[in-house]
Amino acid sequence: MYPASFEYFAPRTLEEALQTLDRFGEEGKVIAGGQSLIPLMKLRFAAPRALIDINRIDGLDELGERDGQLRFGALVRHKTCERSELLRGRYGVFGEAARQIADPIVRNLGTVAGSLAHADPQGDWPSVMLAARGEIVARSSDGERTIAIDEFLQGPFTTALEPNEIVTEIRVPAPTGRAGGAYEKLERKIGDFATAGVAVHLTFANGSVEAAGIALTAVGPTNLRASAAEQALAGRVLDDAAIDEASRLAGEAAQPHDDTRGSAEYKRNVIRVLTARALRRAAADGQEEEFAGHETIEGVMEEISEKEDA
Amino acid sequence: MSATSEITTQAITVTVNGDERSAEVEPRLLLVHFLRETLGLTGTHVGCDTTSCGACTVLVDGVPIKSCTYFAVQADGRTVKTVEGLIQNGQLHPIQQGFKEEHGLQCGFCTPGMLLVTSALLEENPDPTEEEIRWAISGNICRCTGYQNIVKSVQWVAAKLKEA
Repeated sequence: MYPASFEYFAPRTLEEALQTLDRFGEEGKVIAGGQSLIPLMKLRFAAPRALIDINRIDGLDELGERDGQLRFGALVRHKTCERSELLRGRYGVFGEAARQIADPIVRNLGTVAGSLAHADPQGDWPSVMLAARGEIVARSSDGERTIAIDEFLQGPFTTALEPNEIVTEIRVPAPTGRAGGAYEKLERKIGDFATAGVAVHLTFANGSVEAAGIALTAVGPTNLRASAAEQALAGRVLDDAAIDEASRLAGEAAQPHDDTRGSAEYKRNVIRVLTARALRRAAADGQEEEFAGHETIEGVMEEISEKEDA
Repeated sequence: MSATSEITTQAITVTVNGDERSAEVEPRLLLVHFLRETLGLTGTHVGCDTTSCGACTVLVDGVPIKSCTYFAVQADGRTVKTVEGLIQNGQLHPIQQGFKEEHGLQCGFCTPGMLLVTSALLEENPDPTEEEIRWAISGNICRCTGYQNIVKSVQWVAAKLKEA
């Protein structure tokens, strides 16, 4: 399968990439990993006149915590996230989602930012970023702006990104206290799209859930935030009753359709079950964090301040 | 705008199995077609052509990628290793020997991809567990072997390379 003809640019700087994008407007497309874009081009669902390859631009592959935020540069690959020590425990939802995306070879190239910009409602990263309340940093020749993930995802394969903008970074607020997360995904086989998936990211304070992030994959026109389920957990001890209620509400928030992967009713039930599983594991992460926290000065200080509060 | 715009080509130089290869290519030329048709290296197979099966897997700068989902122009200035690059001084590479010894192939169509994934896996993790092997080859589909002998082959290779 051959894509339609296009011109190829491999700029060395972001400025150069933005200028080229300005020249082509809606007919220009940015390529990072290309693991969604190239298949679309081969099927001729996409036929950009210009492809702007950002892989040769330095400084876009940072993955780390800085200034109270977890940051993913535009060229951070799924594989990097899968292997990252940082993306475990309190950032467990990121590492777990990464290793369930597509297959190991696709993960070598595919990027977090590219997956978000592609905005496939069956994609995994949009749910993760909804749960963790991430924001997208978009650059154009006119400057930079940040877009909250809820606003960024506008519809199937549709984002708030303007044709002259490039996603340069994703930022996620770093939890100040204990946190835990999990990503649960049902797929028929490795490499298949999700039948359904659930991302959970929880922060804890004084033994209760401080804030809950719960988002759903492949059961709506976009990845969906399960707001009622999130609200049901805020300020509450994460016991069986709380988990039952939140997972029921998550199931109700799903908007699934019948397809080859299952009936709408089945998928709604899958969402309910996956939410409960993810919540239980996220809670376990939160506990581990409490224990591991003794080994760092932050952990000790937190432990002390909690005792004083009590 | 006319749909039949003029075809433009671009000069690329790719180091393939140690040799610098230059060509004028259309940007839309997939790496797999560059290897098979421009360079005549037909060891890399086109399987599904939809990023699913892994038959077209090659190493770009040492990393396994699906060459049906990568443009030749993206490989400009990079190094590519294909199955043809495994053989050493006319001798089968231990990876190839392992697949022969343990019957890690039947029809052979997925084999070039399996060999290159094995190469990248063992480079990084010389002593993988069975689970790690199965995980590493999970992007490569084999319809003959049921994978059992592929796993055994990789284990054979790991043991052989450890001896050496």
